[in-house]
Amino acid sequence: MKIGFLHSLMRVEEKLLLEEFRRRKGVEVVVLDDRALVFDLDYVPEFDVVFERCINHSRALYSLRLLESAGLPCVNRADVAQVCGDKIESSIALSTNHVPQPEIRVAYTEESALNAIDELGYPVVLKPVVGSWGRLLSKINDRQAAEAILEHKKTLGSYQHSIFYIQEYVEKHGRDIRSFVVGDECIAAIYRESKHWITNTARGAVASNCPVTSEIAEISLAAAQAVGGGVLAIDIFETEKGFLVNEVNYTMEFRNSIMPTSVNIPEKMVDFVIAQIE
Amino acid sequence: MAECPVCACQIEFEEDTIKGELIECPECGSELEVINIDPDTLDLAPDLDEDWGQ
Repeated sequence: MKIGFLHSLMRVEEKLLLEEFRRRKGVEVVVLDDRALVFDLDYVPEFDVVFERCINHSRALYSLRLLESAGLPCVNRADVAQVCGDKIESSIALSTNHVPQPEIRVAYTEESALNAIDELGYPVVLKPVVGSWGRLLSKINDRQAAEAILEHKKTLGSYQHSIFYIQEYVEKHGRDIRSFVVGDECIAAIYRESKHWITNTARGAVASNCPVTSEIAEISLAAAQAVGGGVLAIDIFETEKGFLVNEVNYTMEFRNSIMPTSVNIPEKMVDFVIAQIE
Repeated sequence: MAECPVCACQIEFEEDTIKGELIECPECGSELEVINIDPDTLDLAPDLDEDWGQ
């Protein structure tokens, strides 16, 4: 079987995945650097499946669309990337499927965004609709800060920064949960602990094992299903109201999660990709 | 052996180094991308784009 491995840079995750593919008999992997790719609409598939590991969301999304339009199965699918890569799409998918999430508001002008923030109550978190690793998140504690940040985003940002995605601030007490879903199984979870209100490991949060309880498995699988399923990482807040899903990630990073969980995450991911062919 | 494009220090690749991999220069700390293996070549890693990450 021949697998296309679509990537940008080779991070630790991509190296681990390629090593895992190399251990499998009868599997040929061709690496596809998105920086060198040129697509045309008459492309004839030469792979059995493509495994997407791009860093750029936009490149991943369009590559998946183009590859799928040529009849190639992809992991994850383009529609999953579309939903997960856009916070508004993700919130709609979670809401439609009755998966609990923090309250959100979407507004397009500074005035309507201010009204929405006033109504939600301070503090709130303002997030870019596309973007990650905890970048460009703003915790807004009062109206003066809201006015300043909204003005800055409107004036200095691209048009996408004037699509205001406002989320209620959830007190995480220093940690959240990231769970990993592969197909129909929640394979592992970690706590991400930080003194900062942003708990991304890319921002310095420390990972430790989080036992996968039936409740964590249930909400993780529900969130994964809501966005279309596949190989996904779910960010979960623990609250007095129960678990809330913050985000679902479709090109998941896992380098800091193998050791604390003792789960061979790349092995499970590669099993899933190969199973799409078999 | 490849040269760091920032500080010109000589960097020896590990046996399992692959093209596209990110490494940090041990001398100046710059983030570098492995452009080629044999001949070993390094360049500055690409800048962070707005839609990077997950």
